[in-house]
This record gives sequence, C-alpha cells and structure tokens, in this order.
Amino acid sequence: MGTLSRDEVEHVAHLARLGLTDAELTRLVGQLNHILDQYAILARLDTDTIPPTAQTIELENILREDVARPSLSQAEALANAPERDGSYVVVPAILGGD
Amino acid sequence: MTDTGLTRLTAAAMSDRLRDGDLSSRELVEAHLALADRENPALNAWLALDGAGARDAADDADARLAVARDEGAAALASLHPLCGVPVGLKDLVSVRGGQCTAGSRILAGYVSPYDAHITERLRDAGAVILGKLNMDEFAMGSSTEHSAYGPTANPWDLGRVPGGSSGGSAASVAAGHVPLSIGTDTGGSIRQPAALCGIVGLKPTYGRVSRYGIVAFASSLDQIGPFARDAAMLLHAVAGRDERDSTSAPLPVPDDLLHLPATDDEAAGYLRGLRLGIPHEYFVAGMEPGVEARVREAVAALAAAGAEIVDVSLPHTDYGLATYYIVAPAEASANLARYDGIRFGHAVRDGDVLANYLATRGSGFGAEVKRRIMLGTYALSAGYYDAYYLKAQKVRTLIKADFDAAFGAGIDALVAPTSPSVAWPFGAKLDDPVAMYLSDACTLPVSMAGLPGISIPAGLSDGLPVGLQLIGPAWSELALFRLARAYEAITADASWRVLEPPGLAALRAPAGIVP
Repeated sequence: MGTLSRDEVEHVAHLARLGLTDAELTRLVGQLNHILDQYAILARLDTDTIPPTAQTIELENILREDVARPSLSQAEALANAPERDGSYVVVPAILGGD
Repeated sequence: MTDTGLTRLTAAAMSDRLRDGDLSSRELVEAHLALADRENPALNAWLALDGAGARDAADDADARLAVARDEGAAALASLHPLCGVPVGLKDLVSVRGGQCTAGSRILAGYVSPYDAHITERLRDAGAVILGKLNMDEFAMGSSTEHSAYGPTANPWDLGRVPGGSSGGSAASVAAGHVPLSIGTDTGGSIRQPAALCGIVGLKPTYGRVSRYGIVAFASSLDQIGPFARDAAMLLHAVAGRDERDSTSAPLPVPDDLLHLPATDDEAAGYLRGLRLGIPHEYFVAGMEPGVEARVREAVAALAAAGAEIVDVSLPHTDYGLATYYIVAPAEASANLARYDGIRFGHAVRDGDVLANYLATRGSGFGAEVKRRIMLGTYALSAGYYDAYYLKAQKVRTLIKADFDAAFGAGIDALVAPTSPSVAWPFGAKLDDPVAMYLSDACTLPVSMAGLPGISIPAGLSDGLPVGLQLIGPAWSELALFRLARAYEAITADASWRVLEPPGLAALRAPAGIVP
C-alpha cells in the first residue's frame, strides 16, 4: 500500500488543518508508516463481492414531525465563543481586504 | 476518619438502605466525597468534584425518599433504585453549567450549555452526580496516559495504568469513590479498563443508549455504558430511545435488569443447558500466561456448573485491529473538524482564518489525537478511500458475519479474555502506538460488529486483576448480566473476591503507622 513520505504527511496535516512542528512531523512519518504496515493484512482478503457495513443495527429512516421546539437562547448558544461582538461571533476577514 | 464502610457497599445495598430509611443519601455522599477528596491527589481519577451540587442533589433525593416512605410501599417502589445513589461521569458527558473537557486542552474552559440525555435520565432517577472523571483525550487511548490533565493511577498498583480510555471511571469505582460510573466504549474503552481495575464494565449494543450530549469520537462505534460492582441498574436508568440521537434504538429496555437473581443458587441455575462458545482466535500468541490461565479456569468453572462449552471459530478476528484503526480514525477526523477555535473552546489567533485553524488545532490537540486525525484524513483522502476506508467497511461485514454465524448456530454467548495482559507500568507502551492498539485486540472485533460485551473480574495474575469478556448477540444485555451474575455466584467463595485494591492501602492506613 506504499509508504508515506514527509511531503505527503505535511499535505495530510494541511488537509486536516493541523499545525505541526518539525519534530512532530518527523515523529509522525515513522509512526504513521508503522501503523499503515498493520493495514497491509487487509489485502489478503478478497472483498470484491462483499458489501460494505457502515452501521450495524440496520435502523433506517427514523423521522420526526417538523415542528419548532424550545432551544438554547442566543446568549447560551454564544456563551462559549472565544471572541464576540454583541450577538455575533468574531472571525478574521475571509474575503479580500483588511 | 471517613466511614469507608459506606463506600464499600454495592449500589443495590445502598438502594435498599436508602429506602428503609436507615441511611441518607447525604451521609452516603459525604462519605464518598471525603474519600475521593483524600485519595484523588494519588489517583487523579477525578477532573472535577462537585461537592455543592452533589449535596443539593442528595438532599433532594432524601426528600423524595421521605415523601415516598410516608406514602407507602407503592410510592417507594415507583422510585428508581438509583434514587440517592452517588455516580460519576466520564468527562465527555454534558452536565449543564459544568466543565466537559473530554480530557483535552482544546475544551479547557468550555461550559456545557445543556444536559446530555443520560444526565437528564440520571437526574430523573434521583442519582447524585459526584463529578467528572479522567479519560484519554477524546477517548483515544488504552491507558488514560493520553489525558491532557495527567494520567490516572490503577488502585491495585499506583505505578500502573488503569486502562483506558475510561480509566477515571474504572479507577474511581475500584477505589470505592463511587459505586457506579459512566464510561464510553468505542473499541474497548469500558471493557478493558474494567478488566485492568478488577470491576464490571458493560459496553451495550450499539444504539442501546442515546449519545445526545456526549462528545463524539467515532459515530458508528461509540456507545455509553456502566462501570460498577453491580452495573445492571445503571444501564436500566440510562438506556432507551431518545429522538435526539437517531441511532438510539426504539426497543424496550427490560425491567428485569432491576431483578437479577438475589441468591447464588438461583443465579447459578441460569447456566444449566446454556451453550457457551470459546473463540480460539482470542487465545493468541502474546497473551500473558496468567491471563490465559484465569480465563481457562473460568471456562472450566462454567462447564462444571452445567454450561455446555463449544469451541468456535471467528476467522476474521485478526483483521479487527486494521479495520478498527481505519474506520474509527476516519470518523474521528470528521467529528473533530468542529474544533476550530471560533464558536467554542481553545482559540489561538495567528493571522488569517487558516493560520488560526492551524495554531488552534496544533496547540489544542495532544499527540494521540493528532495521530488519529492524520490517519483518518489520509484514509479518506482522494485516491486512498477505496484502498482503506471502503476496504475496511467490507471487512467489517466479514467480522460481523463471523459473530452472526456463531450465534446463528445456537451459541448463547461467547467467552473470551477482555485484555491479553494485566495492567502495565506507566510509560511501557506510550511511545509505541501499535503496541498500545494491540492491547485492545480482544475487544475491537466486538465493537466493529456493534455487539454488547461485558468484562467481569475473574481473579488475579501476579496480584493484578484479570477480566473475563462475555459477548452476546445484539440487544442481549439482560442475558449477559444473568450470565455474569451466574459466574459471580459460582465463584462467590473465591479468595480474590474479598480483596481490596492494595495500591490505596497505604493511604488508608491510620496516621502514624507506615507499613
């Protein structure tokens, strides 16, 4: 199944939005490859005709009435936000400019 | 000196005495709080003890009990047996107004804005929540060493791990700080620490207990369950359908969970004619001889008491580890995307939005959580999905089919070790993730199949507890408890049953006397 290079580990870290130090990257290259080696055992099984299992209890389509119900107040919903301005959560600008 | 006598009662005994009125919930709570306060510096099982909240809840429970006693037997019977009984919660269960760290720095300072479903159910039952228990960060780990708040010690030997990820839940019960606690199990996180701490722990069938208000790890595997010396009544209190968790099953929860056999003779009678399967793949190379010996002795005792023992094969057992360590990290990488430093939790400002994400997540997550997010992100990434995630889901089908075939052939339950080893010294597996993962080899396949499993004490190896794992078909929790109760009955006279965890003995010795 191949070996993960340091560049590939850096790319996966970017996809996962994880800021990693050089030391962490170095350690992860070794550890992730050791773990991926364990996955190789799966290649022994022919699974071409086997359907995948995503969940085990075979419940489907449990629906409820679409009615409004009490929920958290705005103050409660925003209480844990690291940075607030009145009733808004503050984030850096995403679209161009300052 | 604390009345440690009260803290060694089973939850059922507490319940009986509370109803009789010869013991108050407040007395129970004071005794347990005092013991937990005194021993937690050595154990680090509790991340938070809520003395004020627990005393208020105990007084409320005492008032409910007093009213019911005045009204008569029917009113008393309508109270849940947990009314007035102290419980502890793993610190990933939301309790309104309290902390919920999930063992992570990234949730430091977070305050739960609402109660989890099981918190509501426990409050309705009148149970008294004593506090929040330590765990591996986001429930990823098998030793509780991956907690951002320091490891928990094993009450049997303070230099060894309690197992994980629900290590605080297991250690607190083994130490008698609470008679009951709640944990979660994704790949073994209830059963393995129960085994290593010498207590009972049940992972129910996937879907048995609502996860509304629980911090998510791997959504197709996570399940909530009880730790105890008598766990059935706690499962009864929290199980059942809740529309806020669409995977919680619309099936009745048997009231007989509250009526397990009281006498050993009646309990042992359950074994006659029962067909128990012994999956030979679970007795693997690398298993400690002392663990295998205790499990073989337990099987022999079950046979001697009238159970039919059948050798069975679960041929895809060896694929459990690889399958789990693809599926669970993949689901975790998606679930943990929510920790973005914007709406709640730890936040680091480092420039633009991307820089904030990298800095917040890079400094907020610990090493094991980063490893799992990396594994999961890789397994789901373009070009690798079919080779890893889809392949693992197909092998999951084969693992589940192994169990279906065994139960379909008339096996009532499977008997196996819970963990291939007893508790190990701190640090022994910390730098070798694969060695740590292998410690869950006997519980991972059961989780992949969504089945219930219970770990019960089966004696000691080198002075440390060994767990026996009983595995049943979906929704067979009541049958597993009856089987567990039967095993307890036929080993009621075993010398190890009356042992106290020795690791805390020095702390409990009267002042001035040093052994």
